[in-house]
Amino acid sequence: MSVWGDLVGLLRGEPQADRVVPRSGQAAKLTLAVSGAMAFLAVFALALSLASGRLADRWSAALAQSSTIRLSAPEAEIEAQTWAVLTVLEQTPGVDSARALSDDEQRALLEPWFGPDLPVADLPVPRLIEVIETPEGYDSAGLRQRLAAEAPGAVLDDHTRWRRPLVAAADRLRLLGWVSLGLILASTAAMITLAAQAALASNEQVIRVMRLVGARDAYIARAFVRRFTRRALTGALAGAALGTIAIALLPRAADEGAFLTGLGFQGVAWLWPLTIPALAAFTAFWATRIAAFRTLRGLR
Amino acid sequence: MQDAAFGYGAEPILSALSLRLAPGSFHFLTGPSGAGKTTFLKLCYAELVATAGSVTIFGEDAATLDRDRIALTRQRIGVVHQDCEFLDHLPIRENIALPLTVAGRDVQGNEANLDELIAWVGLSARAHARPPELSGGERQRAALARAIIMDPDLILADEPTGNVDWEMSLRLLQLLAELNKMGKTVLIATHDMALIRAAKAQVQARVLRLAGGHISAAGADL
Repeated sequence: MSVWGDLVGLLRGEPQADRVVPRSGQAAKLTLAVSGAMAFLAVFALALSLASGRLADRWSAALAQSSTIRLSAPEAEIEAQTWAVLTVLEQTPGVDSARALSDDEQRALLEPWFGPDLPVADLPVPRLIEVIETPEGYDSAGLRQRLAAEAPGAVLDDHTRWRRPLVAAADRLRLLGWVSLGLILASTAAMITLAAQAALASNEQVIRVMRLVGARDAYIARAFVRRFTRRALTGALAGAALGTIAIALLPRAADEGAFLTGLGFQGVAWLWPLTIPALAAFTAFWATRIAAFRTLRGLR
Repeated sequence: MQDAAFGYGAEPILSALSLRLAPGSFHFLTGPSGAGKTTFLKLCYAELVATAGSVTIFGEDAATLDRDRIALTRQRIGVVHQDCEFLDHLPIRENIALPLTVAGRDVQGNEANLDELIAWVGLSARAHARPPELSGGERQRAALARAIIMDPDLILADEPTGNVDWEMSLRLLQLLAELNKMGKTVLIATHDMALIRAAKAQVQARVLRLAGGHISAAGADL
């Protein structure tokens, strides 16, 4: 019997044939429990992966096209050097716009650490100049050389130093999420294979009787495959539903909140957990089919 | 069967067996315990493959049959064992219908035939019992019903009366004789000579005597 035939049989169901394999047994409970637990974990792995991806994209986009020039100079020279820096930036290819942050903006940046009443004007706080790049970007080495000549107190911080490891970490986390999903699927396949083999071994008498009365191996295998695939699907549906509910119930927070609060799905990504039961059923179908035919070949 | 032999090791259990079961014939296979009667029957339904010579079943060499062909061949052979095995989780009615189920036949469309068959073997009142609830004789009759529900050409029975009393043995023999009169080929392995003698009144049977791995007497009419 072809795989196609098995799939059609799976969808159509064969009530008479399904009764041939006994319903009870540890293997049945194990399949249900493993599928449910693995689907629950898979939802978290999926959420982690998607959240990491969003984080990496956000950090990458937010930091990639902006940089800061920090200007420290005696009070008498600060305006002149600011002017010099802005002039240099105006003439630099790859710089879209540049502006010096106002005292209020600098105070807002320092407020989380020093409170709202910080006398910025009385403190030796460096002047910050925000630089927005064009998509092509600028030559940071050349800009540094020109700044050193025109405004010696200016230091260019293009965020590369700490952007790259953050984005790399987020990308790695995303990869780990997908690897975890793969491992969960592989573990599910392994567990269901073992459960199917145990079920086939414990039903040797059933197989013997079925063969005696003229059952083809494909028929016997199909009876087991249908049973295990449906159990895996049922367990995974329950596990995925619980996992999705758990994700939905995570506390919400603003964008600047901790990473974990952004672990949920967003928009159409809420549909992703639906793929987990389908994947579990697909995995169970193949794992049981391979295990069944291998076991049946071993039984004369 | 042509010069067929079978053995698990160097020493053959059966050797140089040559015979043909003619369609519609009735045979007894007899011999002492351990003579190889069960092995002989297993060769006949391709449970075992001859280690030498050949066994031809319905025109096909059993050694060349793959599992699918074996399954199809078994749909034409009804087998009754002494320790008849069933699917214990199913009622006896579904066990009797099992050959139809696995062959993909419409069981519901054959309800009337199924009921008639169950009545014929005298199990109407026990049709919904599970196999472990049946007596030895009831199990044997259920096994016989299961063996013939596909209207097989050949019926093989391995010590079918081994676990039942004399009265039930005669009842089973009568059922098998009736099947033979319907044109079925019947081969019964038994060491019960009284049963063979009792068959004389009912069928024209031949006795195959198996000893030392050979058929020592064949064709002896009762």
